[in-house]
Amino acid sequence: MIIGILDLQGAVREHRTSLERLGVAVRAVKDVSDLDGLSGIVFPGGESTAMQRLAAGSLRDRLRELAHNGFPMFGTCAGMILLANTVDGKATPHLGGMDIAVARNASGRQVHSFETTLAVKGIGPDVPAVFIRAPYIVRIGPDVDALAEYNETIVMARQGQLLVASFHPELTEDVRIHRMFVDIARQHRHQNEIQQKQEATQL
Amino acid sequence: MVETGTLRVKSGLAEMLKGGVIMDVTTAEQARIAEEAGAVAVMALERVPADIRAQGGVARMADPTKISEIMESVTIPVMAKVRIGHFVEAQILQALEVDYIDESEVLTPADPTYHINKWAFAVPFVCGARNLGEACRRIAEGAAMIRTKGEPGTGNVIEAVRHMRLMNEQIRRVLNAEEEEVVSLSKEFGAPLYVLRAIRDKGRLPMVNFAAGGIATPADAAMMMQLGCDGVFVGSGIFKSTDPAKRAQAIVQATTHFMDAARLAVISRDLGEAMEGMIIEEIPPHEMMQTR
Repeated sequence: MIIGILDLQGAVREHRTSLERLGVAVRAVKDVSDLDGLSGIVFPGGESTAMQRLAAGSLRDRLRELAHNGFPMFGTCAGMILLANTVDGKATPHLGGMDIAVARNASGRQVHSFETTLAVKGIGPDVPAVFIRAPYIVRIGPDVDALAEYNETIVMARQGQLLVASFHPELTEDVRIHRMFVDIARQHRHQNEIQQKQEATQL
Repeated sequence: MVETGTLRVKSGLAEMLKGGVIMDVTTAEQARIAEEAGAVAVMALERVPADIRAQGGVARMADPTKISEIMESVTIPVMAKVRIGHFVEAQILQALEVDYIDESEVLTPADPTYHINKWAFAVPFVCGARNLGEACRRIAEGAAMIRTKGEPGTGNVIEAVRHMRLMNEQIRRVLNAEEEEVVSLSKEFGAPLYVLRAIRDKGRLPMVNFAAGGIATPADAAMMMQLGCDGVFVGSGIFKSTDPAKRAQAIVQATTHFMDAARLAVISRDLGEAMEGMIIEEIPPHEMMQTR
Protein backbone atom coordinates (compact mmCIF):
# COMPACT_ATOMS: atom_id res chain seq x y z
CA MET A 1 0.00 0.00 0.00
CA ILE A 2 1.33 3.44 -0.98
CA ILE A 3 0.14 6.73 0.48
CA GLY A 4 0.81 9.88 -1.53
CA ILE A 5 1.65 13.32 -0.13
CA LEU A 6 0.80 16.35 -2.24
CA ASP A 7 4.28 17.82 -2.73
CA LEU A 8 3.69 21.28 -4.11
CA GLN A 9 4.63 23.23 -1.02
CA GLY A 10 4.47 22.83 2.77
CA ALA A 11 5.21 20.29 5.50
CA VAL A 12 5.74 17.31 3.19
CA ARG A 13 8.81 15.98 5.01
CA GLU A 14 7.01 15.85 8.36
CA HIS A 15 4.08 13.85 6.97
CA ARG A 16 6.53 11.49 5.29
CA THR A 17 8.28 10.90 8.61
CA SER A 18 5.00 10.20 10.42
CA LEU A 19 3.78 7.76 7.74
CA GLU A 20 7.14 5.99 7.46
CA ARG A 21 7.14 5.48 11.22
CA LEU A 22 3.96 3.48 10.66
CA GLY A 23 5.73 1.36 8.07
CA VAL A 24 3.78 2.79 5.15
CA ALA A 25 5.33 3.37 1.70
CA VAL A 26 5.12 7.03 0.73
CA ARG A 27 5.18 8.82 -2.62
CA ALA A 28 5.53 12.56 -3.27
CA VAL A 29 2.86 13.79 -5.67
CA LYS A 30 3.75 16.69 -7.96
CA ASP A 31 1.96 15.61 -11.13
CA VAL A 32 -1.28 13.86 -12.06
CA SER A 33 0.71 10.78 -13.13
CA ASP A 34 2.02 10.39 -9.56
CA LEU A 35 -1.53 9.55 -8.42
CA ASP A 36 -1.63 6.14 -10.14
CA GLY A 37 -1.73 3.21 -7.74
CA LEU A 38 -2.11 5.20 -4.53
CA SER A 39 -4.36 4.00 -1.70
CA GLY A 40 -4.73 7.45 -0.16
CA ILE A 41 -3.31 10.94 -0.27
CA VAL A 42 -2.28 13.49 2.35
CA PHE A 43 -2.63 17.24 1.82
CA PRO A 44 0.00 18.79 4.09
CA GLY A 45 0.00 22.05 5.97
CA GLY A 46 1.34 25.02 4.08
CA GLU A 47 -0.17 28.13 2.54
CA SER A 48 -3.53 27.30 1.03
CA THR A 49 -3.46 30.17 -1.49
CA ALA A 50 -0.05 29.07 -2.80
CA MET A 51 -1.11 25.40 -2.95
CA GLN A 52 -4.26 26.37 -4.79
CA ARG A 53 -2.19 28.20 -7.45
CA LEU A 54 0.14 25.22 -7.78
CA ALA A 55 -2.53 22.52 -7.85
CA ALA A 56 -3.85 23.50 -11.26
CA GLY A 57 -4.97 21.88 -14.49
CA SER A 58 -5.23 18.10 -14.76
CA LEU A 59 -3.80 17.50 -11.27
CA ARG A 60 -6.54 19.61 -9.70
CA ASP A 61 -9.24 18.03 -11.86
CA ARG A 62 -8.19 14.51 -10.93
CA LEU A 63 -7.88 15.33 -7.21
CA ARG A 64 -11.32 16.92 -7.29
CA GLU A 65 -12.75 13.80 -8.91
CA LEU A 66 -11.12 11.56 -6.29
CA ALA A 67 -12.29 13.78 -3.41
CA HIS A 68 -15.88 13.52 -4.59
CA ASN A 69 -15.71 9.75 -5.11
CA GLY A 70 -14.76 8.40 -1.71
CA PHE A 71 -10.99 8.21 -2.18
CA PRO A 72 -9.14 8.33 1.19
CA MET A 73 -7.77 11.82 1.77
CA PHE A 74 -6.29 13.47 4.84
CA GLY A 75 -5.84 17.26 5.00
CA THR A 76 -4.10 19.17 7.76
CA CYS A 77 -4.50 22.96 8.09
CA ALA A 78 -4.08 24.22 4.50
CA GLY A 79 -4.93 20.70 3.34
CA MET A 80 -8.24 20.92 5.19
CA ILE A 81 -9.00 24.20 3.37
CA LEU A 82 -8.46 22.46 0.03
CA LEU A 83 -11.07 19.81 0.91
CA ALA A 84 -13.73 22.10 2.41
CA ASN A 85 -16.85 22.86 0.37
CA THR A 86 -17.09 26.35 1.84
CA VAL A 87 -14.14 28.63 2.66
CA ASP A 88 -14.61 31.99 4.41
CA GLY A 89 -18.31 31.96 3.55
CA LYS A 90 -17.72 31.37 -0.17
CA ALA A 91 -18.83 28.20 -1.92
CA THR A 92 -15.85 28.21 -4.26
CA PRO A 93 -14.01 25.15 -3.02
CA HIS A 94 -10.42 24.51 -4.06
CA LEU A 95 -11.05 20.80 -4.40
CA GLY A 96 -14.07 20.42 -2.17
CA GLY A 97 -15.67 17.09 -1.35
CA MET A 98 -16.22 17.60 2.34
CA ASP A 99 -19.42 19.17 3.62
CA ILE A 100 -17.77 21.62 6.02
CA ALA A 101 -17.36 25.38 6.15
CA VAL A 102 -13.99 26.65 7.33
CA ALA A 103 -12.73 30.06 8.38
CA ARG A 104 -9.12 30.67 7.34
CA ASN A 105 -6.56 32.02 9.85
CA ALA A 106 -9.26 31.79 12.53
CA SER A 107 -6.72 31.29 15.32
CA GLY A 108 -5.20 34.66 14.43
CA ARG A 109 -1.73 35.80 13.43
CA GLN A 110 1.41 33.83 14.23
CA VAL A 111 1.91 35.35 17.69
CA HIS A 112 -1.36 33.61 18.68
CA SER A 113 -0.34 30.21 17.28
CA PHE A 114 -0.25 27.62 20.05
CA GLU A 115 0.14 24.04 21.10
CA THR A 116 -2.08 22.06 23.44
CA THR A 117 -3.54 18.58 23.90
CA LEU A 118 -6.98 17.58 22.68
CA ALA A 119 -9.46 14.79 23.23
CA VAL A 120 -9.94 13.08 19.87
CA LYS A 121 -12.88 10.74 19.37
CA GLY A 122 -11.64 7.21 18.65
CA ILE A 123 -8.07 8.00 19.74
CA GLY A 124 -7.83 9.35 23.26
CA PRO A 125 -7.99 12.30 25.64
CA ASP A 126 -4.40 13.47 25.23
CA VAL A 127 -3.50 14.01 21.58
CA PRO A 128 -0.86 16.75 21.11
CA ALA A 129 -2.03 19.43 18.68
CA VAL A 130 -0.02 22.29 17.16
CA PHE A 131 -2.14 25.12 15.75
CA ILE A 132 -0.36 27.50 13.37
CA ARG A 133 -2.42 30.38 11.97
CA ALA A 134 -5.03 27.69 11.99
CA PRO A 135 -8.35 27.50 10.15
CA TYR A 136 -11.38 26.40 12.19
CA ILE A 137 -14.42 24.42 11.10
CA VAL A 138 -17.42 26.69 11.57
CA ARG A 139 -20.14 24.39 10.24
CA ILE A 140 -20.48 20.70 9.42
CA GLY A 141 -23.04 18.91 7.31
CA PRO A 142 -25.20 15.96 8.48
CA ASP A 143 -22.79 13.32 7.10
CA VAL A 144 -19.78 14.77 8.90
CA ASP A 145 -18.56 13.46 12.23
CA ALA A 146 -16.83 16.00 14.52
CA LEU A 147 -13.83 14.26 16.07
CA ALA A 148 -12.25 17.00 18.17
CA GLU A 149 -13.06 20.41 19.54
CA TYR A 150 -11.01 23.26 20.93
CA ASN A 151 -12.88 25.97 22.88
CA GLU A 152 -16.17 24.64 21.52
CA THR A 153 -14.97 24.98 17.93
CA ILE A 154 -14.61 21.90 15.73
CA VAL A 155 -10.98 21.30 14.76
CA MET A 156 -11.04 17.76 13.42
CA ALA A 157 -13.67 15.92 11.40
CA ARG A 158 -14.39 12.94 9.18
CA GLN A 159 -16.79 12.33 6.34
CA GLY A 160 -16.49 8.86 4.83
CA GLN A 161 -12.89 8.46 3.72
CA LEU A 162 -12.10 12.18 4.12
CA LEU A 163 -10.28 13.18 7.30
CA VAL A 164 -9.33 16.76 8.18
CA ALA A 165 -7.63 18.60 11.07
CA SER A 166 -7.08 22.30 11.77
CA PHE A 167 -3.83 21.44 13.52
CA HIS A 168 -0.60 19.66 12.63
CA PRO A 169 -0.18 16.11 13.93
CA GLU A 170 2.82 15.92 11.55
CA LEU A 171 4.73 18.35 13.78
CA THR A 172 4.57 15.96 16.72
CA GLU A 173 5.98 12.51 17.45
CA ASP A 174 2.48 11.18 18.04
CA VAL A 175 1.37 9.14 15.01
CA ARG A 176 -2.07 8.05 16.22
CA ILE A 177 -3.95 10.40 13.88
CA HIS A 178 -1.84 9.23 10.94
CA ARG A 179 -2.62 5.66 11.97
CA MET A 180 -6.34 6.50 11.90
CA PHE A 181 -5.93 7.68 8.30
CA VAL A 182 -3.82 4.69 7.28
CA ASP A 183 -6.55 2.42 8.70
CA ILE A 184 -9.18 4.29 6.65
CA ALA A 185 -7.06 3.84 3.51
CA ARG A 186 -6.36 0.17 4.25
CA GLN A 187 -10.03 -0.61 4.86
CA HIS A 188 -11.05 1.21 1.69
CA ARG A 189 -8.48 -0.74 -0.30
CA HIS A 190 -9.69 -4.00 1.20
CA GLN A 191 -13.33 -3.23 0.33
CA ASN A 192 -12.32 -2.33 -3.22
CA GLU A 193 -10.53 -5.66 -3.58
CA ILE A 194 -13.58 -7.58 -2.34
CA GLN A 195 -15.81 -5.65 -4.71
CA GLN A 196 -13.49 -6.32 -7.65
CA LYS A 197 -13.44 -10.05 -6.84
CA GLN A 198 -17.23 -10.13 -6.69
CA GLU A 199 -17.49 -8.34 -10.01
CA ALA A 200 -14.99 -10.76 -11.51
CA THR A 201 -16.97 -13.82 -10.35
CA GLN A 202 -20.21 -12.32 -11.61
CA LEU A 203 -18.62 -12.03 -15.04
CA MET B 1 -2.55 23.69 28.94
CA VAL B 2 -2.19 26.07 26.04
CA GLU B 3 1.25 27.43 25.14
CA THR B 4 2.08 30.15 22.63
CA GLY B 5 5.51 31.18 21.33
CA THR B 6 7.10 27.74 21.82
CA LEU B 7 9.98 26.74 19.57
CA ARG B 8 7.74 24.15 17.94
CA VAL B 9 5.13 26.77 17.13
CA LYS B 10 7.81 29.18 15.86
CA SER B 11 9.72 26.72 13.70
CA GLY B 12 6.40 25.11 12.72
CA LEU B 13 5.41 28.14 10.65
CA ALA B 14 8.75 27.94 8.81
CA GLU B 15 8.06 24.24 8.12
CA MET B 16 4.76 25.26 6.50
CA LEU B 17 6.55 27.73 4.20
CA LYS B 18 8.88 25.05 2.80
CA GLY B 19 8.94 24.65 -0.95
CA GLY B 20 7.60 28.17 -1.29
CA VAL B 21 8.71 31.66 -2.28
CA ILE B 22 8.76 34.67 0.06
CA MET B 23 8.70 37.97 -1.81
CA ASP B 24 9.83 41.48 -0.85
CA VAL B 25 7.03 44.01 -1.28
CA THR B 26 6.88 47.74 -0.59
CA THR B 27 3.17 48.43 -1.17
CA ALA B 28 -0.21 46.75 -0.62
CA GLU B 29 -0.57 46.53 -4.40
CA GLN B 30 2.71 44.60 -4.71
CA ALA B 31 1.66 42.34 -1.82
CA ARG B 32 -1.52 41.42 -3.69
CA ILE B 33 0.48 40.65 -6.85
CA ALA B 34 2.77 38.41 -4.79
CA GLU B 35 -0.14 36.58 -3.15
CA GLU B 36 -1.90 36.15 -6.48
CA ALA B 37 1.29 34.67 -7.97
CA GLY B 38 1.42 32.04 -5.21
CA ALA B 39 3.92 33.50 -2.71
CA VAL B 40 3.80 31.71 0.67
CA ALA B 41 4.58 34.96 2.51
CA VAL B 42 5.62 38.54 1.84
CA MET B 43 8.37 40.65 3.39
CA ALA B 44 7.08 44.17 4.06
CA LEU B 45 9.73 46.79 3.36
CA GLU B 46 10.06 50.50 2.71
CA ARG B 47 12.62 49.96 -0.07
CA VAL B 48 13.86 46.79 -1.75
CA PRO B 49 17.55 45.95 -1.20
CA ALA B 50 18.58 47.20 -4.66
CA ASP B 51 17.20 50.66 -3.82
CA ILE B 52 18.71 50.64 -0.32
CA ARG B 53 22.04 49.89 -1.95
CA ALA B 54 21.61 52.59 -4.61
CA GLN B 55 20.38 55.30 -2.24
CA GLY B 56 22.79 54.69 0.63
CA GLY B 57 22.23 56.20 4.10
CA VAL B 58 20.95 54.38 7.18
CA ALA B 59 18.26 51.79 6.41
CA ARG B 60 15.78 51.12 9.24
CA MET B 61 12.62 49.19 10.06
CA ALA B 62 9.71 50.25 7.80
CA ASP B 63 7.02 52.67 8.97
CA PRO B 64 4.36 50.72 10.93
CA THR B 65 1.64 52.29 8.76
CA LYS B 66 3.20 50.74 5.70
CA ILE B 67 3.54 47.35 7.40
CA SER B 68 -0.07 47.46 8.64
CA GLU B 69 -1.33 48.34 5.15
CA ILE B 70 0.44 45.31 3.73
CA MET B 71 -0.85 43.08 6.57
CA GLU B 72 -4.41 44.17 5.81
CA SER B 73 -4.10 43.59 2.07
CA VAL B 74 -3.21 39.87 2.08
CA THR B 75 -4.09 36.70 3.99
CA ILE B 76 -0.66 35.03 3.67
CA PRO B 77 1.91 35.57 6.47
CA VAL B 78 3.65 38.96 6.55
CA MET B 79 7.28 39.27 7.60
CA ALA B 80 9.18 42.48 8.28
CA LYS B 81 12.82 43.40 8.83
CA VAL B 82 14.61 44.87 11.81
CA ARG B 83 18.20 46.05 12.05
CA ILE B 84 20.67 43.53 13.47
CA GLY B 85 20.62 43.92 17.27
CA HIS B 86 17.72 46.40 17.31
CA PHE B 87 15.51 44.71 19.87
CA VAL B 88 13.13 47.66 20.16
CA GLU B 89 12.32 47.61 16.46
CA ALA B 90 11.58 43.91 17.07
CA GLN B 91 9.33 44.75 20.05
CA ILE B 92 7.42 47.15 17.79
CA LEU B 93 6.99 44.52 15.07
CA GLN B 94 5.77 42.05 17.68
CA ALA B 95 3.24 44.63 18.90
CA LEU B 96 2.07 45.00 15.28
CA GLU B 97 1.70 41.19 15.20
CA VAL B 98 3.77 40.59 12.09
CA ASP B 99 4.09 36.84 11.55
CA TYR B 100 7.89 36.63 11.26
CA ILE B 101 10.76 39.04 11.99
CA ASP B 102 13.83 39.09 9.75
CA GLU B 103 16.88 40.33 11.66
CA SER B 104 18.51 41.45 8.48
CA GLU B 105 21.85 42.57 7.12
CA VAL B 106 19.93 44.45 4.41
CA LEU B 107 19.26 47.15 7.02
CA THR B 108 22.04 49.10 8.74
CA PRO B 109 23.12 47.23 11.89
CA ALA B 110 22.14 48.84 15.22
CA ASP B 111 24.48 46.88 17.51
CA PRO B 112 28.18 46.50 16.68
CA THR B 113 28.55 43.31 18.75
CA TYR B 114 25.36 41.43 19.46
CA HIS B 115 22.33 40.06 17.70
CA ILE B 116 18.88 40.17 19.33
CA ASN B 117 18.06 37.64 22.06
CA LYS B 118 15.29 36.05 20.05
CA TRP B 119 14.19 33.75 22.89
CA ALA B 120 12.59 36.83 24.48
CA PHE B 121 9.97 37.03 21.71
CA ALA B 122 6.80 35.07 20.89
CA VAL B 123 7.09 36.07 17.24
CA PRO B 124 9.60 33.87 15.41
CA PHE B 125 12.77 35.19 13.76
CA VAL B 126 14.59 34.35 10.56
CA CYS B 127 18.29 35.26 10.31
CA GLY B 128 20.87 35.23 7.54
CA ALA B 129 24.01 33.09 7.56
CA ARG B 130 27.06 32.68 5.32
CA ASN B 131 28.28 29.48 6.92
CA LEU B 132 27.33 26.86 9.48
CA GLY B 133 28.86 28.76 12.39
CA GLU B 134 26.67 31.80 11.77
CA ALA B 135 23.61 29.61 11.29
CA CYS B 136 24.24 27.75 14.56
CA ARG B 137 24.91 30.93 16.53
CA ARG B 138 21.65 32.45 15.29
CA ILE B 139 19.81 29.24 16.24
CA ALA B 140 21.38 29.42 19.70
CA GLU B 141 20.09 32.99 19.99
CA GLY B 142 16.59 31.70 19.25
CA ALA B 143 16.19 31.99 15.47
CA ALA B 144 13.50 29.57 14.24
CA MET B 145 14.46 29.81 10.56
CA ILE B 146 17.71 30.42 8.66
CA ARG B 147 18.41 31.80 5.21
CA THR B 148 21.60 32.23 3.26
CA LYS B 149 22.76 35.85 3.18
CA GLY B 150 23.92 35.88 -0.40
CA GLU B 151 24.55 39.45 -1.48
CA PRO B 152 21.20 41.27 -1.33
CA GLY B 153 20.04 43.62 -4.06
CA THR B 154 22.56 42.44 -6.64
CA GLY B 155 20.47 40.03 -8.73
CA ASN B 156 23.63 37.93 -8.70
CA VAL B 157 23.19 34.44 -7.26
CA ILE B 158 26.87 33.62 -6.78
CA GLU B 159 27.05 34.57 -3.10
CA ALA B 160 23.92 32.61 -2.18
CA VAL B 161 25.44 29.61 -3.94
CA ARG B 162 28.74 30.13 -2.12
CA HIS B 163 26.97 30.24 1.25
CA MET B 164 24.76 27.23 0.58
CA ARG B 165 27.62 25.10 -0.72
CA LEU B 166 29.77 26.00 2.26
CA MET B 167 26.94 25.19 4.67
CA ASN B 168 26.35 21.84 2.96
CA GLU B 169 30.04 20.99 3.11
CA GLN B 170 30.27 21.91 6.79
CA ILE B 171 27.10 19.93 7.64
CA ARG B 172 28.61 16.90 5.89
CA ARG B 173 31.73 17.27 8.03
CA VAL B 174 29.60 17.40 11.19
CA LEU B 175 27.64 14.31 10.12
CA ASN B 176 30.75 12.33 9.19
CA ALA B 177 32.81 13.32 12.22
CA GLU B 178 33.85 10.85 14.90
CA GLU B 179 32.37 11.74 18.30
CA GLU B 180 35.74 13.05 19.56
CA GLU B 181 36.01 15.42 16.59
CA VAL B 182 32.73 17.22 17.27
CA VAL B 183 34.04 19.56 19.97
CA SER B 184 36.90 20.62 17.70
CA LEU B 185 34.44 21.28 14.89
CA SER B 186 32.42 23.41 17.29
CA LYS B 187 35.56 25.49 17.91
CA GLU B 188 36.55 25.58 14.24
CA PHE B 189 33.13 26.71 13.02
CA GLY B 190 32.33 28.97 15.96
CA ALA B 191 29.19 26.87 16.36
CA PRO B 192 27.62 26.06 19.75
CA LEU B 193 28.16 22.37 20.48
CA TYR B 194 24.54 21.61 21.29
CA VAL B 195 23.43 22.79 17.86
CA LEU B 196 26.05 20.56 16.19
CA ARG B 197 24.71 17.65 18.24
CA ALA B 198 21.19 18.50 17.05
CA ILE B 199 22.47 18.41 13.46
CA ARG B 200 23.94 14.95 14.09
CA ASP B 201 20.63 13.76 15.58
CA LYS B 202 18.51 15.06 12.72
CA GLY B 203 20.95 14.50 9.88
CA ARG B 204 20.46 18.11 8.80
CA LEU B 205 20.20 21.67 10.11
CA PRO B 206 17.54 21.59 12.87
CA MET B 207 15.80 24.65 11.37
CA VAL B 208 14.40 25.32 7.93
CA ASN B 209 16.99 26.94 5.65
CA PHE B 210 15.90 29.15 2.75
CA ALA B 211 17.99 30.70 -0.02
CA ALA B 212 18.22 34.49 -0.17
CA GLY B 213 20.34 37.26 -1.62
CA GLY B 214 20.59 37.54 -5.41
CA ILE B 215 17.89 35.21 -6.73
CA ALA B 216 16.48 36.80 -9.92
CA THR B 217 15.26 34.03 -12.24
CA PRO B 218 13.29 30.76 -12.06
CA ALA B 219 16.54 28.95 -12.85
CA ASP B 220 18.24 30.65 -9.88
CA ALA B 221 15.43 29.49 -7.60
CA ALA B 222 15.52 25.92 -8.92
CA MET B 223 19.31 25.82 -8.58
CA MET B 224 19.12 26.84 -4.92
CA MET B 225 16.45 24.16 -4.36
CA GLN B 226 18.64 21.52 -6.01
CA LEU B 227 21.47 22.60 -3.73
CA GLY B 228 19.22 21.61 -0.83
CA CYS B 229 17.50 24.81 0.28
CA ASP B 230 14.00 24.46 1.73
CA GLY B 231 12.57 27.47 -0.14
CA VAL B 232 13.47 30.83 -1.59
CA PHE B 233 13.36 34.52 -0.71
CA VAL B 234 13.24 36.88 -3.66
CA GLY B 235 14.03 40.47 -2.75
CA SER B 236 14.59 42.93 -5.56
CA GLY B 237 14.37 40.24 -8.25
CA ILE B 238 10.62 40.50 -8.80
CA PHE B 239 9.61 44.13 -8.55
CA LYS B 240 12.82 45.35 -10.23
CA SER B 241 12.03 43.25 -13.30
CA THR B 242 9.91 44.42 -16.24
CA ASP B 243 6.99 42.01 -15.67
CA PRO B 244 6.73 41.35 -11.91
CA ALA B 245 3.48 39.34 -11.93
CA LYS B 246 4.71 36.94 -14.57
CA ARG B 247 8.18 36.56 -13.09
CA ALA B 248 6.73 36.03 -9.60
CA GLN B 249 4.51 33.24 -10.86
CA ALA B 250 7.39 31.66 -12.78
CA ILE B 251 9.66 31.65 -9.73
CA VAL B 252 6.89 30.05 -7.63
CA GLN B 253 6.45 27.31 -10.24
CA ALA B 254 10.21 26.77 -10.53
CA THR B 255 10.58 26.40 -6.76
CA THR B 256 7.99 23.59 -6.75
CA HIS B 257 9.13 21.84 -9.94
CA PHE B 258 12.85 22.40 -9.39
CA MET B 259 13.86 18.92 -10.57
CA ASP B 260 11.85 19.00 -13.79
CA ALA B 261 14.07 20.58 -16.47
CA ALA B 262 11.48 20.26 -19.25
CA ARG B 263 9.01 22.14 -17.12
CA LEU B 264 11.61 24.74 -16.12
CA ALA B 265 12.24 25.38 -19.83
CA VAL B 266 8.56 26.25 -20.26
CA ILE B 267 8.41 28.27 -17.05
CA SER B 268 11.46 30.35 -18.04
CA ARG B 269 10.04 31.56 -21.38
CA ASP B 270 9.13 35.18 -22.21
CA LEU B 271 9.47 36.68 -18.74
CA GLY B 272 10.70 40.08 -19.93
CA GLU B 273 13.91 41.59 -18.60
CA ALA B 274 15.28 40.36 -15.27
CA MET B 275 16.57 43.03 -12.87
CA GLU B 276 19.85 44.56 -13.89
CA GLY B 277 22.51 42.69 -11.95
CA MET B 278 25.75 43.69 -10.23
CA ILE B 279 29.18 42.10 -10.37
CA ILE B 280 30.19 41.29 -6.77
CA GLU B 281 33.85 42.19 -7.32
CA GLU B 282 32.81 45.71 -8.35
CA ILE B 283 31.10 46.40 -5.00
CA PRO B 284 33.37 48.29 -2.58
CA PRO B 285 34.00 46.22 0.60
CA HIS B 286 32.20 48.72 2.87
CA GLU B 287 29.06 48.37 0.73
CA MET B 288 28.89 44.58 1.09
CA MET B 289 25.83 43.63 3.18
CA GLN B 290 26.70 40.01 3.90
CA THR B 291 29.65 40.87 6.17
CA ARG B 292 27.38 42.73 8.60
